[in-house]
Amino acid sequence: MAREGSIVSESALAARGVDKRFGSLVVAANVDLSLPPGARHALIGPNGAGKTTLINLMTGMLRPDAGQILLGGDDVTALAAEERVRRGLARTYQINSLFPHLTALESVTLAVCERRRVAQTWWRRLFAYREEIEEAQQILVALMLGAVCHRPARELAYGQQRLLEIALALASRPKVLLLDEPAAGVPRDESKELFAAIAGLSRDIAVLFIEHDMELVFRFASKVIVMVGGSILLEGTPAEIASDPQVRAVYLGKTQREYRHG
Amino acid sequence: MASTTIAEPRAYLQAQMRWRWGEIAFWLATLLPFIVTPDYLLLASQVAIAALFVLSLDLILGFAGIVSLGHAAYFGTGAYTAGLISKWGWGEPLTGLVTAALAAGLFGYVTSFIIARFRHLPLIMITLGIGLLLQESANSASWLTGGFDGLQGIHTWPILGRFRFDLYGYSAYGYALAALFVIFLGARRLIHSPFGLALRGIRDNGQRMRAIGAPTHSHIRTIYTIAAMIAGAAGAILAQTTETVSLEVLGFQRSADVLVMLILGGTGRLYGGLLGAVVYMVARDQFSGLNPQYWYFWIGLLLIAVVVVLPNGLLGGLSLLTWRAKAQS
Repeated sequence: MAREGSIVSESALAARGVDKRFGSLVVAANVDLSLPPGARHALIGPNGAGKTTLINLMTGMLRPDAGQILLGGDDVTALAAEERVRRGLARTYQINSLFPHLTALESVTLAVCERRRVAQTWWRRLFAYREEIEEAQQILVALMLGAVCHRPARELAYGQQRLLEIALALASRPKVLLLDEPAAGVPRDESKELFAAIAGLSRDIAVLFIEHDMELVFRFASKVIVMVGGSILLEGTPAEIASDPQVRAVYLGKTQREYRHG
Repeated sequence: MASTTIAEPRAYLQAQMRWRWGEIAFWLATLLPFIVTPDYLLLASQVAIAALFVLSLDLILGFAGIVSLGHAAYFGTGAYTAGLISKWGWGEPLTGLVTAALAAGLFGYVTSFIIARFRHLPLIMITLGIGLLLQESANSASWLTGGFDGLQGIHTWPILGRFRFDLYGYSAYGYALAALFVIFLGARRLIHSPFGLALRGIRDNGQRMRAIGAPTHSHIRTIYTIAAMIAGAAGAILAQTTETVSLEVLGFQRSADVLVMLILGGTGRLYGGLLGAVVYMVARDQFSGLNPQYWYFWIGLLLIAVVVVLPNGLLGGLSLLTWRAKAQS
């Protein structure tokens, strides 16, 4: 496909020589990463490899000690997290981070209102914002949440909460979407549905997802990035990664055997 | 159940904001003191002032999750501003009220830059600090505030040039109630607006608000300023109707009382605070008549009982009851 050939073109999101330590613990060491527009890349690595930290660094939840974060070619290293969201960088959380008392529709409408900068308005009623509400409803329907849109987030089934995580991120109309274990804790058959929904997202959105299930990784990622001990070990197509002896040694060995036999 | 009959989203949201019979009944009931208990109109005006003060705390605590133990700072700023304007020769109540609210709002806006950066325990300490700071400043600036003796020489002109403040409290209660109702309408509009939704988002999950691109600090500064203005208005009405201001308007006791009223009634419901103010003020009036020195014993007991038995306050308990009744029928 065309997007695979356009590695030289500008990346949607890039990290350049990013370093981060917590005291003596190195959580990111000279990390270079590039996500082309429309990418479907997976970020894998053992627990503690620094995958979530890397997402925190790229989204601005953490500040790197050194290096740069580029969003659409612009240096956003100094920008606050919410400003990066407004420029099209959205994320989800490994552990559900929702608005428990807000309904699904209210949650997503809120995110749409924030994107359209109308959430400061206190003198107009919410239901007057027809376009915002309709857009939120469309996002929910697309993620199979239309039927439960008036339920508070805390009352949704776990798999639905994971989808609401993604719906909230989509409401900011991202160009880049970072998904931190989107299917964490979701039963296997449901997680396939969830990834099918992710795969069906617009190709205008570049997606990087962290995932431990190699079957899902190999099925949905066009490229796999392996992270170990705060550094990128290597990146390549799923086939390259699957056959790489280094990767198998540090990470894949057992999982891949299970994958082949199961 | 409901999953088969999903309302059209806008109609559903609209229905959420509709005036309910209970609300209309509540506001009609606020007129009863004029007819039923005309001897208690001064108490009623104190209740209305307290209710307005609680309303302002509910906006920051109940809706945005900002805990404050120093909210009297803004109440007192409003009270002293209104008192001083009157003392200096301008006793017109409405302009005094607006000026006092603006002064309290300005102080709220300045302090909101510190407030927006903290949550939870540090926030309690900071608000407590602001309250103590202001009270001691007012105490030492006795040339301006009258210090420990209080501000003397306040004279409030008749409202709209017609309704004179009298000993019976007709004008006092009418004035306080009208202000409460008008400001309540504004607050009700606010919580049903996109901004109100954003505040609930901050209360629920501030971290996630940042992740959807929300300028949470700016939201918090806005609501804190609005709440300070309302608290200032409540303080101004107290100064104007009692024609005196003492240091107590800035005191820790007042900050604590308003928090108790809100928790008693139930946070994040607007009406919870109003109900809490009525119950607290009337109970204090009754209990302190019996044995004044033990008044806080009963309040302590009541507070523990409410928090243990009704974690969402009196109004939370009431709505649970009606919900159960509906579920059974």
